[in-house]
Parts: sequence; C-alpha cells; structure tokens
Amino acid sequence: MKIDVDHVAKLARLGLSEEEKTLFEKQLSAILDYADNLKKLDTERVPPTSHAIALKNVYREDKVIPCSDIEAIMANAPEEANHMFRVPRIIE
Amino acid sequence: MHGKTAHELHNLLINKKTSSVEITQAVFARIEKAEDKIRAYVTLNKEEALEQARAADRQISRSPDIPISQLTGIPVAVKDNMCTKGILTTCSSKILSNYIPPYDATVVTKLKEAGAVIIGKTNLDEFAMGSSTENSANHVTRNPWNLEAVPGGSSGGSAAAIAAAEAILATGSDTGGSIRQPAAFCGVVGLKPTYGRVSRYGLVAFASSLDQIGPITKDMTDAAIMMNVMAGRDELDSTSVDLPVPDYRKALVNNVKKMRVGLIKELMGQGIDPEVKAAVKKAADTFANLGAEMIEVSLPSFEYAVATYYLIATAEASSNLARFDGVKFGRRSKAAKDILTMYYNTRREGFGPEVKRRIMLGTYALSAGYYDAYYLKALKVRTLIKQDFEKALGACDILISPTAPTIAFKLGEKTADPLSMYLSDIATIPVNLAGLPAISLPCGFSNKLPIGLQIIGRAFAEEIILRAAFTYEQNTDWHKAKPNV
Repeated sequence: MKIDVDHVAKLARLGLSEEEKTLFEKQLSAILDYADNLKKLDTERVPPTSHAIALKNVYREDKVIPCSDIEAIMANAPEEANHMFRVPRIIE
Repeated sequence: MHGKTAHELHNLLINKKTSSVEITQAVFARIEKAEDKIRAYVTLNKEEALEQARAADRQISRSPDIPISQLTGIPVAVKDNMCTKGILTTCSSKILSNYIPPYDATVVTKLKEAGAVIIGKTNLDEFAMGSSTENSANHVTRNPWNLEAVPGGSSGGSAAAIAAAEAILATGSDTGGSIRQPAAFCGVVGLKPTYGRVSRYGLVAFASSLDQIGPITKDMTDAAIMMNVMAGRDELDSTSVDLPVPDYRKALVNNVKKMRVGLIKELMGQGIDPEVKAAVKKAADTFANLGAEMIEVSLPSFEYAVATYYLIATAEASSNLARFDGVKFGRRSKAAKDILTMYYNTRREGFGPEVKRRIMLGTYALSAGYYDAYYLKALKVRTLIKQDFEKALGACDILISPTAPTIAFKLGEKTADPLSMYLSDIATIPVNLAGLPAISLPCGFSNKLPIGLQIIGRAFAEEIILRAAFTYEQNTDWHKAKPNV
C-alpha cells in the first residue's frame, strides 16, 4: 500500500521535513501492509464497536459553575491581548 | 522508609511512629540518590509536597477522633499526562513544555482530598504513545533492574519510580498496555481498571475510547487502597460509569478455590519468549495447586488485535491532537506568518517522530476513500475481539497470560522499527479494545529482569482479579525482590 504523504500531512496540518516524508512513506506502508491482514476476516455481518462499554447520551443539569481562573488560563496563551488569544491575520 | 508500602506507612502514621514530613523527606532523599541513574521524573514538587505533608500531619494528629484516609500523608507520583494545577504538565512533549494547567485532573483532586502528598510528575512516551518511554522529549528513563534496559512504556517513569522506591504510589494511564507493560518490565503491580471506572477528566487525551487511569504500586494491597480513592462516577467525564465503588480491600482474600482460570492459548505460543512462557505456566500451576480450576481458552481474534488497535488508537489520536495548534496554550512556532504556516510549523516543531507517525496513520485511516477499508473495518474486528472475550469470560472467572511477550528490551533496540515496538503490546492491547480490567504482577525473572503475569477480568469485576492476584502474591515471593540501585 502506497500512501500519499503530502496529502495526508495537509489534512493533518502537519509540517514534515523531506526526510520525514521519505521515512514515513516507508514505515506507514509497512504498517498498512500489516493492517491488511484484517481483510482476511469476513465482517460483512459484524456491527462496529466504537465504545467498549455501551453508552447513551449523558445529560446533566444546565447550571452555571465558576470557571477556572482566567489569568491562569491566559498565562498559557502563546500570544494574548485583553484576555483574548491573538493569532496571525485570517481575513484580508 | 521509602522502601515501604502505603499500607505499612499508614500503620506507622496512625500509631504516631512516623510523620508524613519524615516519609516525604525520605522519599526526596531517595530521589536525590537514585534519580541520576533512573531519571523517572520530569518535575519535582518538593516545596508544595512538604506543605501537603505538614497539612497531613495536622490531620493525623487529630485521628482517630477524626478518621483519616489510607492515603493521608502518603507520597504519590503522578504521570505527566495528568493535569496538576500550577505544576508543569508536559506530556513529555515539546509542544507542552511550558504548559501549566489551571486545574487538577479529577484523579489528582481525589488524591489530594484523601490527603496524599503529590511529589512530582513522571516521565512517559510523548502523549503516552510508545512502549519504552524512549519517545519522551524530556529524557530517557532507565529500568532499575538493568540500566541498559527500557522501563517499558508509556508509564515508564511511574513504574521505574515505584521499582526504585522513588515514590510510594504512582498513577499511570493505559491505552494499549501503558500501565501493565511497564509494571511487568519493572517488577511492580499495575492495574488498568474497566473503561469508565476511573474519571479521565484532566488526562490529556490520546485515544478516548481506550484510555483509562490506574494505580502502579509495590503490592496488591496498595493497588486496592488507590482504587478506593480513584474510582467512581465524575460529572466532568460523561464516560465515567455510575456504579457504586466497593471497598477493594475487602476483595483481598487469600483463596482461589474453585475459581475458573483460563490460560489464553494465543498468548502462550509463537512469538512469546520461552522463559516468559515457562514463568506463566508455573503461575498457572500455582493457581491449580491453590485449588483453582485451570482451563485452556482460545481467543482466535487476538491475531488481529494489534492491527485493529493501531488503526483505532491512531484515528482517535489524530482527532484528539488537533487541539495542539499553537492558539490557546502550548508552544507556537516563531515561523508563523499566517494562520496556516502557524499550524504547520507549530506542529512540525512541537511533535516528535512517533506522534507525527501516528497522526499520519490515523488521519489516513479516517480519510475519504480509506475510512471503510481501515477505520470501519477495525471497529468491526473490535466487535469480534469483544465477543471472544465474552465467550472466554463466560466459561472462566479470570483469564491469565504473560503481560508482555518478552522481558524488558535494551534501550535503542526497537526504536528504528515501529512495528516491532507495536508488537510488544500484543498481550495487553486486546484488553483495552474490550474495555476490560486487567492487572500485571511479578511472576518470575529471566536474565535478572522481571516477568509480568497478566490477569484479566469481566467488566467492573476488579474485585475478582484483585482477589486472584492477592492470592498469588500471598503464596509467592516475587514481589519481595527489589532492584539494587
């Protein structure tokens, strides 16, 4: 199985060096070849399991609770202005 | 002092034979002595820990009038992917190398409420992705039994800290074996609870349908004590289950008579080291001699578990790790001219190779044209694995197997070949896919490195596996062996 590394990296918004691209193409192909073993199993009538323990929607009361300290949250921001996260310009 | 278990220290504390400050100082002295060689910790929390110890001592001085918890005054190490308010939480990743959480994970809150002393944060494979702790952006952690061997992973720092007596208790997280495999490699006890038994709130998510927090300890009694505090429903984690939390200590009964114990055929064959196999076979004989009924069981779908796991876990990871984009927390690349280069460069500079590899694999498995062939296929095989377990655990009360196919491997041995690293989780991965509880405990040595025995139970039947593991522990001496560091 050959994998289009550039396309997948773009979907993941992941910058890769040329060496990483070459390496991952090789390694991911080997992993996908191994994963192709699954095709030996007939799963036509098998339902998928996305969660091991059966879950239903869980609801809770819609009540206001105190938020974490805003200064402690903003202290982690790479760039901030007036309690807002600053990012490079998005709209021209 | 640092070599003692939590339950031994608790007895000394309530009889006023020692103090939490004394214990905490002994643990930090031990860390100072051993840490040069082991490097189990990412961050130490000495000042706050001593403050917590003094507070614990004030509580203890009022006991027994006001009863204290079994954890009051006991030093605990926390894996560095669990948020600790005001303490650096790196996930052993560059991208979080400056992250100071504004809140505690629920598990940390519960430990603190029980009066435990938080001594520091332990090393792991970046974002818990790995089986050797070599994928840490911080440093490599070494196995206390042999400094040239890996401690296992991803909770390698916690397991090494317990083995080297650099902590009394530790937390780990387990997505595909990350509590049990390092516990096996380091010769300690590691319990992965049933999915939903312990709140995941504040655990930095890797694969949300598989992740579970659990204890890493020196013996079974300590594992039960920690579970008493950690387990239970949490409104902040809607996947945590609303079932009553039993007193797990009551499950510690030295009796397995008539218990039906299944030995998993698929994990006793090809690819399992002969000495590991022999040790597990001997453990099976021990159970039989103690009156258990031994049954050989077959779970044919196990052959497909590693492939299934690496498609599901990476798919979930690729989605979970989308939050690391340099906007709200963590590191942002300086080369961020516009929003797209900010994303690309932040993630290029911030993630290590294994994390990138898994994001790529997961993104691929979820992408248009491949979703059905890989991700959906894996979800269906997951059903088959679950069904195999249901069948086996219908005929048996517990299942046993090796925790890992080998003893701890050498540092650097598997880093160039990701697939061989993934295969070291072959015995633990199926358990996460089915959401079941399982424990690893020491059952022998090979080449002076510990061998781990895995005991698997039905969903929410932690008490049964604790009982079986406790009985084995009471009738063997493996857990008493300590590494010479």
